[in-house]
Amino acid sequence: MIWIAIRMLTGDNQKFYGLLFGIAFSTLLITQQLVIFVNLIERGASSVYNVPSADVWVMDPVSRTTDVNFPMPSTALDKVRGVAGVEWAVPHLRASASVRTKSGDLEGVSVIGVDDATLIGLPKNMVVGTTDVLSRPDTVIIDDVGTTRMFGEASPIGERLELNDQRAVVRGIADSIPSFTSQVTLYTKYSQALRYVPGTRNRLSFVLVGASDEISPEELTARITEETGLRARTRDEFAQDGINFIIENTGIPLNFGITVALGFIVGIAIVGLTFSLFIRDNIKQFGALKAIGLTNGKIAQMVAAQALMVGLVGYGLGVLGTVGFIYAFSANPTFKGFYIPWQIPLVSFASILVIITLTGWLALRSVMKTEPAAVFR
Amino acid sequence: MSGQPSLDQAGGNGPAIAVRDIARDFVAGQQTIRVLHGIDLDVEPGNLTYLVGESGSGKTTLISIMCGILFPTEGQVKVFGTDIYDLPDRELVRFRLQNIGFIFQQYNLIPAIDAAHNAAVPLIAQGMDRKEARDRAAEMLDKLNIGDQANKLPNQLSGGQQQRVAIARALVHEPRLVVCDEPTAALDAKSGRRVMDLLREVALAEDRSVIIVTHDNRVFDLADRILVLEDGRITHDGTKMPKDH
Repeated sequence: MIWIAIRMLTGDNQKFYGLLFGIAFSTLLITQQLVIFVNLIERGASSVYNVPSADVWVMDPVSRTTDVNFPMPSTALDKVRGVAGVEWAVPHLRASASVRTKSGDLEGVSVIGVDDATLIGLPKNMVVGTTDVLSRPDTVIIDDVGTTRMFGEASPIGERLELNDQRAVVRGIADSIPSFTSQVTLYTKYSQALRYVPGTRNRLSFVLVGASDEISPEELTARITEETGLRARTRDEFAQDGINFIIENTGIPLNFGITVALGFIVGIAIVGLTFSLFIRDNIKQFGALKAIGLTNGKIAQMVAAQALMVGLVGYGLGVLGTVGFIYAFSANPTFKGFYIPWQIPLVSFASILVIITLTGWLALRSVMKTEPAAVFR
Repeated sequence: MSGQPSLDQAGGNGPAIAVRDIARDFVAGQQTIRVLHGIDLDVEPGNLTYLVGESGSGKTTLISIMCGILFPTEGQVKVFGTDIYDLPDRELVRFRLQNIGFIFQQYNLIPAIDAAHNAAVPLIAQGMDRKEARDRAAEMLDKLNIGDQANKLPNQLSGGQQQRVAIARALVHEPRLVVCDEPTAALDAKSGRRVMDLLREVALAEDRSVIIVTHDNRVFDLADRILVLEDGRITHDGTKMPKDH
């Protein structure tokens, strides 16, 4: 009877495609919006992800994220180095500046000063050039998204920039995860960064720490805080701090939440209406089947099979649409590194299950209410 | 109660259907309307029985009760010895599936499956393999002279052909009781008579009964027995229609 149920469904082209469209559209909206949301808020942690070698980030107690930080005196570095279990500790500077391009435009940039000796603080990979270029005077390495933003298709290598009245020459392109605002990022040595960023007494943004083998990052953060009075966060904790900051301080979760809810409601509306129409059109046939001798359980199985069929096919199409969307925009710097976390298809699958269960149940009610005797009227 | 034999005699060599003191009420708003009043009736096997009456006379209600798809308010119905309304719901449904064939006025064929699959529905519902069920249904369509239409969808068939597919569906599982609702209503006189001939030829057997609800006077002469219902009561029981009808 399941075969007959599926044939009944697929035989009515208009309603079948209407149902598929409803489910696929709903899945697409829910999945695609959740993917963008998750990837976007994860950008709040991109600065942390870009420095994979640091186990612990140490900062002033009032600092909250890589972008919302309060500079510390340079003595903080020595304090941290003095804590047992610290394998290494290097200075890290993060500041904002304005850069004047060759064409005279002004562009807001993030300046990141990495340790002069070890270059810890640079992204792991380079797109163009090597990290050695930082040994040359006035050198900056630009991130790949910043390259597109400032120079378009043209190569930025050798380009001179005016950075707070200082000369900066682009000599490399780093492969980095863009920041939440996709702002241009310039990497340079810590000592060079101090010259680019206007001076205040305290300019050390963070101390990046590597934990020795005998201590876990969690234990080390507790020890650093206890001994130095500074705030210490493990890499994962600090990444989460950046994500939480966006969630707490922007309207993004609400806006995306509304869109996801709309996807859900549109799904229920389209699928519910179309499914009800389909059932109503076939109510005589269902009544006849009941009269002939199909139990309510068998009828429920038939309706469930129909709902499951459109649910699964529509869901598959919707997820494919999302993959297509991500693939189509993968070359766009704004969507660089976007991926589909495995939890999101599960969430959208659960949403679709709710939609088809709800609409299937509503449709089934009318079939169940149909008296077999109605076929004689 | 009535002059009818005891209900216990139904089945075996007794009547195919034994109806005793059946009444049925319908509630319409604040009112309760009684549409059947203490019907007593035996239907013998091997008979083609017509149930005739004006609209609203209660014939559809009576046939629905007789075939186990509408509970009576009062009374008992035995079909081939089984008190069908004493059965649990699931058993009653199974009883219908195994023992009763239905032919509906509007055929109620499933538009998306071909004629043979439509005719095979009761066998598939009984759990038979779909291919085997379809083969048996195709044989039944052959018997009804539309074997060449087995692969066609209902909307590719004429009204008469659809009616034959509906008949095939009603007979494919070899039920002992066949119930037809206005089988000739949508057909011209010639097709109507052909359908009735077919029913007599294919559906009727010594151990099988056919009950037909109709008010088509063109086919009254084909009945073995005619029951006339008026206002929920049987007013005529004979081999021919009364002269005043």
